[in-house]
Amino acid sequence: MRYFSRSALALALSAAFAAPAAMAAANEVVIGDIDDMSGVYADVIGQGGVEAAKMAIADFGGTVLGKKIVFLSADHQNKPDLGASKFREWADQNGVNLVLGGSNTGVSIAMSKVATQKKVPLIAIGAAGASLTNEDCSPYMVHYAYDTTSLANGTASAIVKEGGKSWYFLTADYAFGTQLREAAASVVTKNGGKSLGEVRVPLGTTDFSSFLLQAQASKAQVLGLANAGQDFTNSLKAAQEFGITKQMKPAALLAFISDIHSLGLKTAEGLVLTTGWYWDLNADTRAWSKRYFAITKKEATMNQAAYYSATLAYLNAVKAVGSTDADKVMAQLKKAKINDMFVKGGYIRADGVMIHPMYVMQVKSQAESKYPWDYYKLIKTMAGEEAFGPITGKCSIAKK
Amino acid sequence: MSEIFGYPIPVILGQLMLGLVNGSFYAMLSLGLAVIFGLLGVVNFAHGAFYMLGAFAALIGLETFGVNYWFALVLSPLVVGIFGIILERLLLRHLYKLDPLYGLLLTFGLALIFEGVMRDQFGSGGQGYPVPDALQGSFNLGFMILPIYRAWVIVASITVCLVTWFVIERTRLGATLRAATENPKLVQAFGINVPLMVMLTYGAGIALAALAGVLSAPVIQVSPLMGSSLVVVVFAVVVIGGMGSILGAIVSGLALGMVEGFTKVIYPEASNIVVFVIMAIVLVLRPAGLFGRE
Repeated sequence: MRYFSRSALALALSAAFAAPAAMAAANEVVIGDIDDMSGVYADVIGQGGVEAAKMAIADFGGTVLGKKIVFLSADHQNKPDLGASKFREWADQNGVNLVLGGSNTGVSIAMSKVATQKKVPLIAIGAAGASLTNEDCSPYMVHYAYDTTSLANGTASAIVKEGGKSWYFLTADYAFGTQLREAAASVVTKNGGKSLGEVRVPLGTTDFSSFLLQAQASKAQVLGLANAGQDFTNSLKAAQEFGITKQMKPAALLAFISDIHSLGLKTAEGLVLTTGWYWDLNADTRAWSKRYFAITKKEATMNQAAYYSATLAYLNAVKAVGSTDADKVMAQLKKAKINDMFVKGGYIRADGVMIHPMYVMQVKSQAESKYPWDYYKLIKTMAGEEAFGPITGKCSIAKK
Repeated sequence: MSEIFGYPIPVILGQLMLGLVNGSFYAMLSLGLAVIFGLLGVVNFAHGAFYMLGAFAALIGLETFGVNYWFALVLSPLVVGIFGIILERLLLRHLYKLDPLYGLLLTFGLALIFEGVMRDQFGSGGQGYPVPDALQGSFNLGFMILPIYRAWVIVASITVCLVTWFVIERTRLGATLRAATENPKLVQAFGINVPLMVMLTYGAGIALAALAGVLSAPVIQVSPLMGSSLVVVVFAVVVIGGMGSILGAIVSGLALGMVEGFTKVIYPEASNIVVFVIMAIVLVLRPAGLFGRE
């Protein structure tokens, strides 16, 4: 009898704990954001991404299919296991319907496995690695803002064509850095230049001096910085401190407006970079940015803007199919055109890449900059198909 | 003769120079550890955490109270040193009679707590500390451009190390200190307050770590994890120099920094482990360390 009552108690307890998840599924649509909130990439998306996604939810009306839209956010600290376990926890306990993937390719690769297993759509935004839509692709994943292929096609080819033929790379030593370096090196070779080698630097390194001396010893013309966020700003600052930028032209293979802002135009002037979005592109981007700036007191990076666009695209798909069923929503996402302040006529390809124009920009000089955050001048607009290239066939769900 | 072993001399010299900068930090930190171990017999695992707190004290001082770099060089070691003394009085003091392992465990736990608190407050990302105006710019050494600040780090830390060595090995105060560790009861019988001396020694060792933290703030990012990544190497340096040997800590700190720099030229992948390989060899051949007394 005693045993029975104890197990009954356990049953009641477990029912009580299970209830919120069940209720969430019934009354709420849950959108989760898993990103680096405190590390080297925190400025690239971080809290700004949270605000952008919340703006999208508010603009959509706060509800979809009569259910309240709930937003969750977590810090993955650039640890793949932490990102994946948070995703799993939200899928099991909170009934999460969509996860927005922040910075770090390594973390996004780990989370894509969970997306496939739990059948929960994942929109990877901050991660750059093109493997996310090739070897590591998933029927439940979309790669939204940019990737290593489009960055290399923009920046590396522009610099080789300007005459920067020999390259040496400073590579962030994990999936993102190596993929970015490979993509850039292949674009360099294809355009008649050559890659003289690389030095791999651990993520979050604070003193780049000895790595930079290695790069300098290569006598290459171009210093390819295959890193991002604080790694990028720290390595560029150190390159100037040690007089290396006088001999080698730095190439920012991935730079965000937050990086340029923290470096200042005096340091960043003349850098060529590739971006998927810029706040000062047109009337739509300026109007949205005015609202975003009012909340965050900063202009948005392309990733933060993509957080807004991706959240809206998902909610529109849910509304169109009248369900949060992952398969139906994914099918709709790959069918609909995306038209908002981020992109006009964007579409999601079978392998998961969101095809949209990419912009090759050059950082203005202090004299050219006319107002706060007036940082870029447009050198070239690449059509989406040119920037992201054809389907490679490495992703099992997308035929060449 | 522009190459040694097939490597261009300017490249080698450049890396050796940077190695000397890193070696300066190793020397200052291992010096503090050696002083604390040599005189107190405590393996102070929290040393890296005090180094980190020193850098944060400078950063907070600058951002919140407008304390400039030069005042921070004095104030930060003072504040962190006093904090160390409080911990010594409250906690560490009770463990002197026990096996050194207990002190190690306590200080290791303290290090984890400090790191955790700072991570909670400041996040794990680093924060920049500006190079003071007077030390902006760089020297052109011919083989490399050396930022003036790094040259300053080398000069400052070697000076501090030599002064510390002189005080302990060559002054009356140092002699009393060494006597107090050799035979505390006898020294106390001469009317010298041994517990007070021990307390101040611990505080001085911690202050050295904090000073290294302030010096390193403009070179690397100030982050809660800056100490833990360094403290393991510093322990290896102390073991190589000989536990408790003041001169051993200084010399092996500077030398190992340069060995690391040299390894970065020849085989960069090994530069993170070369110190530990040397430690293993030294332990096999001379278990007491290069400068230790058997």
